Amino acid sequence: MKKTAEIKPEDAAKELIEAYPVKVGRKRAKQIIINEVGLEEQVPEVMANVRTIPGIITMRGCSYAGCKGVVLGPTRDILQITHGPIGCGFYSWLTRRNQTRPAGMKDPNYMPYAMSTDMQEEQIIFGGEKKLKKAIEEAIDIFHPKAIGIFSTCPVGLIGDDVHAVARDMEEKHPGINIFGFSCEGYKGVSQSAGHHVANNKVFTDVVGLIDTPKQGKYKVNILGEYNIGGDAFEIERIFEKAGITLHSTFSGNSVYEEFASAHTADLNVVMCHRSINYLAEMMEKKYGIPWFKVNFVGAEATAKSLRKIAEYYGDKELKDNVEKVIEEELGEVEAARKDAASRCAGKTAMLFVGGSRAHHYQELFRELGMKTIAAGYEFAHRDDYEGRKVIPSIRVDADSRNIEELKVTQDPERYRDRLTEEDRKRLGDEFKFKNYEGMMPDMDKNTLVIDDLNHHEMEVLIEKYRPDIFCAGVKEKYVVQKYGIPLKQLHSYDYGGPYAGFKGAVNFYHDIDEMLSTKVWSLVKAPWDDSPQLTARYACE
Amino acid sequence: MKTREAPVSVTNACKLCSPLGAVLAFKGIEGAVCILHGSQGCATYIRRYMISHYKEPLDVASSSFSEDAAVFGGAASLMQGLDNLIKQYRPAVIGIATTCLSETIGDDVGRILQDYVKNRGAAKLPALINVSTPAYKGTHADGFLAAAKSAVEALAEKSEKENTLNLFPGMVSPEDIRHLKELLADFGIEYTLFPDYSETMDAGQWGGYKLIPPGGTPVKSLKNTANAALTIEFGISAQNGDSPGKFLEEKFGVKNVNMPLPIGVKATDNFIEKLEEISGATVPDKYLFERGRLIDSYVDAHKYVFGVKAAVFGDEDMVAAMAVFLDEIGMVPSICASGAPAGKLEKYLRSAITDFDGKGITVLEDADFEIIEGAVEKTSPAVMIGSSKGYKISRKLDIPLIRCAFPVHDRIGGARIALAGYTGTQKIFDSIVNSLLEARQDASPVGFSYM
Repeated sequence: MKKTAEIKPEDAAKELIEAYPVKVGRKRAKQIIINEVGLEEQVPEVMANVRTIPGIITMRGCSYAGCKGVVLGPTRDILQITHGPIGCGFYSWLTRRNQTRPAGMKDPNYMPYAMSTDMQEEQIIFGGEKKLKKAIEEAIDIFHPKAIGIFSTCPVGLIGDDVHAVARDMEEKHPGINIFGFSCEGYKGVSQSAGHHVANNKVFTDVVGLIDTPKQGKYKVNILGEYNIGGDAFEIERIFEKAGITLHSTFSGNSVYEEFASAHTADLNVVMCHRSINYLAEMMEKKYGIPWFKVNFVGAEATAKSLRKIAEYYGDKELKDNVEKVIEEELGEVEAARKDAASRCAGKTAMLFVGGSRAHHYQELFRELGMKTIAAGYEFAHRDDYEGRKVIPSIRVDADSRNIEELKVTQDPERYRDRLTEEDRKRLGDEFKFKNYEGMMPDMDKNTLVIDDLNHHEMEVLIEKYRPDIFCAGVKEKYVVQKYGIPLKQLHSYDYGGPYAGFKGAVNFYHDIDEMLSTKVWSLVKAPWDDSPQLTARYACE
Repeated sequence: MKTREAPVSVTNACKLCSPLGAVLAFKGIEGAVCILHGSQGCATYIRRYMISHYKEPLDVASSSFSEDAAVFGGAASLMQGLDNLIKQYRPAVIGIATTCLSETIGDDVGRILQDYVKNRGAAKLPALINVSTPAYKGTHADGFLAAAKSAVEALAEKSEKENTLNLFPGMVSPEDIRHLKELLADFGIEYTLFPDYSETMDAGQWGGYKLIPPGGTPVKSLKNTANAALTIEFGISAQNGDSPGKFLEEKFGVKNVNMPLPIGVKATDNFIEKLEEISGATVPDKYLFERGRLIDSYVDAHKYVFGVKAAVFGDEDMVAAMAVFLDEIGMVPSICASGAPAGKLEKYLRSAITDFDGKGITVLEDADFEIIEGAVEKTSPAVMIGSSKGYKISRKLDIPLIRCAFPVHDRIGGARIALAGYTGTQKIFDSIVNSLLEARQDASPVGFSYM
């Protein structure tokens, strides 16, 4: 077996596409990039956010999944009704992925419920609006929610059901309830990314800005693009509280409707998952004057850096001191755990193919363990998530992206408020970098592989060629990778583990990765009577 | 009896969509891969769900509809998808199932495939089996049955009559399939069991990866189903709907016998008796011993289960067989619920359970978990039997849940659920009794450790 350093990335890139028909190979070649970071973080162009080729086993989901599952899924008190046949609603029913913590027993939490109109053939032929209205009535009868979201599945758009008109009608009938629909039919766009955009737009037009009373507290910050996977939000909340920062609204981990509706009253938006929510950050800046910058709470160092940046934004000594105190207190435990795990993990290799931010963020944690990321890519990201926001003006808008509405946003005459004075701007300077995301590639080493929309076939080639020590993806990839004798860490749901964000999360992650890399389970694959050389090479000595 | 006025919406469904069932059936054919004709989300969701139950690789392709395909038709996407699948996998069979999307726009997959075969040349292609599975009609159980029937319809070929048995067990676990195969082999019966996903959905460590997992019913055997002496099908869904067994009977005159899933002594006895009759062999001692031990344990535990109420929920076939088994051991299946369309379950249970009305059994058809929860609250069963999806009710009402049906995604071992035969019954019997004992022990102020 060759060592990673001896493998030429050019050879790997070639092998990845060898099995394809010529046309397919040509397309995929533009999505498989050998990384190189030049001056001013210039990186090679990667083709991203383009259609998946039919018949290729993709990791991607659909627009509905991105809208209902990802962005709105973690909110507990917006009652969600799937308009469509039963499958989609069932499959997006509460999973371990998102958690929530209602303040009291009486507080509404609809996450354990999956409501569906269970469309039948009759509705496909004659229309489903009547059934949808009835379902909304039933939902109101049972749950008395403040807000209802209607999520469209494939047939809805095709049969011409107007979920927005239904929402308006029902809202007229029930004026106390905010009812809104999402046109997130599965065939829209090329991945779940389209659904994120649809969700951002609707939440922006129909929810944000409705409640003008802010939360009490100092330093009011919104976190955008944090989905409380494995309890990550709880750890971030803990750290914020300890540092004296008021977490005003989270989109959307452990969130409630009122926080969305009053989010425009905060001082600052910080963005975790750039891909899924940068639209909302941009629109809130234009309409309400809330500045945003990118943060990352995955990785102890990254968490510290993000906290410092928030303190820097306010420029307040008390907050700065608090933040430094928190970092110092927390890093003690983190360092001890890190050192211990790194003594076994350092030098090992990882591959990460997940999400639209996670494949980038988690490299931080591996770096802290002294591990090397040798290949990474996103499922549904766009070029800016790879190459940085500086490439946005040069991104070609194709038919699939044009299908998702780009909202025209103007300043709100009453609610717009400049959060920064001239003095603030001068103090922070250009170095501070608002509305910037430098992307994943500038953070990766030269000659590492960057692959967009990795599919099963390519994953298999990669594993055969490099045999990384750990692979990070989702449950769909997990058992394939593990059949190769390589552990897989699920970064969509953490395999029931977590949290991995923040300081305590880092400790959990070090521990879990250490255990996975140290397990003796693979050594059992080779039976004592089996002398096949392939097995000996792969398993016996590991 | 419904606990509230029948709602039009479904809250926490007790059914999944039909393409999922089709995927499972196709996984039971040797050398097969499958593709869903529609949005790629369908393949992704279905894979995620099945993978988290079986904990095995499961490749399902998609024709990945874009918005223009949704408007102009998906023929080109499907053909490209098939080309790419063939190039990557070199499969013996491709199973093609439709989705809401392709069905709503009216794509005629049969026609598209005819064109495809004409264009590419039949000799170069794997066997193509297509099935119509819009999720707005029926449930995953219907999709499973429809795909199984399509496969038989596409492949069965009349030739010499053979003294073989077709066994179509329905949506049972890989573990149960293995047990059924062992049974048939022990009786010396030549058989075709279909769909056989016992290895494809529950494989060991191969010491390397296999693109198409080994196992499955061979195409040759599926061809031969037309020439078998007899078909046995399990389950009330096959009894009432379209089924591969009925198709073979109508088209090729293969006699079709429907039996309930063999859970419990009587149901297994019936099946074993049939095998004895077919094979002319006497029942191997091994099964007599298994049967003996099972009845012995019934005797040992009868005082713990007698009159105890249970709520059973899930697929009709499982619920029907489980309820009859519970009745056999003296328990009361006080709630029998399924998300399948109304009309079959209660009718069957009335015929299979003596003094049905006197036993206080509530059958909920076309039910969701809201309806089931209402019924459970009302009747307070001591145990719930079904899938992981009962957990919310189990937790809320503090009733033990026995996970023995698809989907199980909060425990391991979904593929190794054993219900069939004397040994399968033994395992589920032990689980039920022990969960009752555990609940009793936990509730005891004394904290006894000896009974």
